[in-house]
Amino acid sequence: MSSKMSAKNVSVSYGPFQALHDVTLDFEANKITALIGPSGCGKSTFLRSLNRINETERDTRIEGTITLNGENIFDIDVTEIRRRVGMVFQRPNPFPKSIFDNVAYGPKINGMLTGTTAEEAVESSLRRAALWDEVKDKLHDSAYALSGGQQQRLCIARALAVNPEVLLFDEPCSALDPIATARIEDLLVGLKEHCTMVIVTHNMQQAARVADDTGFFLLGKLIEHDKTDLIFKNPSKRETEDYITGRFG
Amino acid sequence: MGKLAAGVTRLFAISILAITLLLVIQLWLHSYEARQKFGLGFLTSTLWNPVTDEFGALPFLYGTVITSFLALLIAVPLGVGAAIFLAELTGPKLSETLTFLVELLAAVPSVIFGLLAIFTLVPFMRNYVQPGLQRVTGGIAIFSGHPYGVGYLTAGVILAVMTFPFIISVSREALLAVPREQREAALAVGATQWEATWDAVIPFARLGIIGSIFLALARALGETMAVTMVIGNNPSIRASLFAPGYTIASVIANEFTEATGDVYLAALVELGLVLFALTIIINGLAQLLIRVTTKR
Repeated sequence: MSSKMSAKNVSVSYGPFQALHDVTLDFEANKITALIGPSGCGKSTFLRSLNRINETERDTRIEGTITLNGENIFDIDVTEIRRRVGMVFQRPNPFPKSIFDNVAYGPKINGMLTGTTAEEAVESSLRRAALWDEVKDKLHDSAYALSGGQQQRLCIARALAVNPEVLLFDEPCSALDPIATARIEDLLVGLKEHCTMVIVTHNMQQAARVADDTGFFLLGKLIEHDKTDLIFKNPSKRETEDYITGRFG
Repeated sequence: MGKLAAGVTRLFAISILAITLLLVIQLWLHSYEARQKFGLGFLTSTLWNPVTDEFGALPFLYGTVITSFLALLIAVPLGVGAAIFLAELTGPKLSETLTFLVELLAAVPSVIFGLLAIFTLVPFMRNYVQPGLQRVTGGIAIFSGHPYGVGYLTAGVILAVMTFPFIISVSREALLAVPREQREAALAVGATQWEATWDAVIPFARLGIIGSIFLALARALGETMAVTMVIGNNPSIRASLFAPGYTIASVIANEFTEATGDVYLAALVELGLVLFALTIIINGLAQLLIRVTTKR
């Protein structure tokens, strides 16, 4: 078992507020890791450190090391990190462009269209995101004409189009209905052959359904991290048990 | 209570429509003699002779359109560029301070801009900019003739200075209103900071930016005082941007008090009607443009 990504002693502060304390966590290759915990526990902050996107917020300070294939991500160019570690956001956020242009954007700006055409790149990404059959006849329609669930799968296709090694999901289903949620969950499990995934979720059933490993965060600290079924059936920490049995949170 | 509020606010909304309508009716009625005498020829005639009672709108239309166009040519790149800097590329402290100053600029009365233009801009244009342009371009038609300092170009420059605060302030608001997720969506696939601004933030804000430009255009078309002070007040059409010209708003302001004959007065009122129509046509085109560009 090899770690695709690992975080060592990661702390994050926004100005005077320390949001994350000394988190150490490994992500296994081609597995899904869920990060759970109550609101404000630091799980999103941690996720947003993994592709260095929280650096765009003012006064953010990150300490500790995060490695991708053993290489410190803070030593790699930030745009390269974000290409290799993709992200899907809480609310679907397609660009106000056509479906095609949304997916083609990443390959275009990263100069990845030398060997393949944009059409090929768009089709293969949409297929991997299980959206191709629904949109193949209207690729040049506005992305806003799609339903919420379709928009989110479009955002997944957009992220997949630059062939990321790791894909981060920040509560990707919180704005979706149960049927759209189920489709995304199926999709995630199917994507394991392509990449390693980390998903932040409020929904414990979702973590139980899709994740191989689960980490529980509380008040900016990682309380416990283990195989998902162990976390849910036999947690070793009192706080974890309280949370998953619904005593708080 | 809700019904009352709806009634009162509806009344206010209707009153705006009523005032506009009343304005058109008044302009229409008071321009009667001129409309009778010149018909549609008023729009194409270049004559403006109070002595013989011959009046035409073309030189003024030309002057109005050309100075506004020059103003936008200068103010749009400057204003949109400054807005991008203020909204995207600098910290909130500098952005807030500069925006405050820019908004102060928008509140300066236009007669002050006019005075400023007479004492500093006109000599500057006459002594440096206009001879410079002639030297660089070899005196092509639009930069030909004697550099008086006053004229279309100078009026365009002062209009640019007066309109660009609107462009900055409205465009900046539009850029700041773009959801953070749009920028992050671009960053998350490996865009640089600038690529995210250019590819995600600006396209998302483009309606607001276009809106700011048309707001500026509306101001430029109707601006009176400052333009009157620097355009040279000469009702003719010349190819050179250095030539003195006239605009609709300027001629109304200048000649209204001395318009003695009925036809003269009616011609000035009809010019007002033409300006009103011009503004409506340009706004209609703007709406059309927005509709076409947002279709996809």
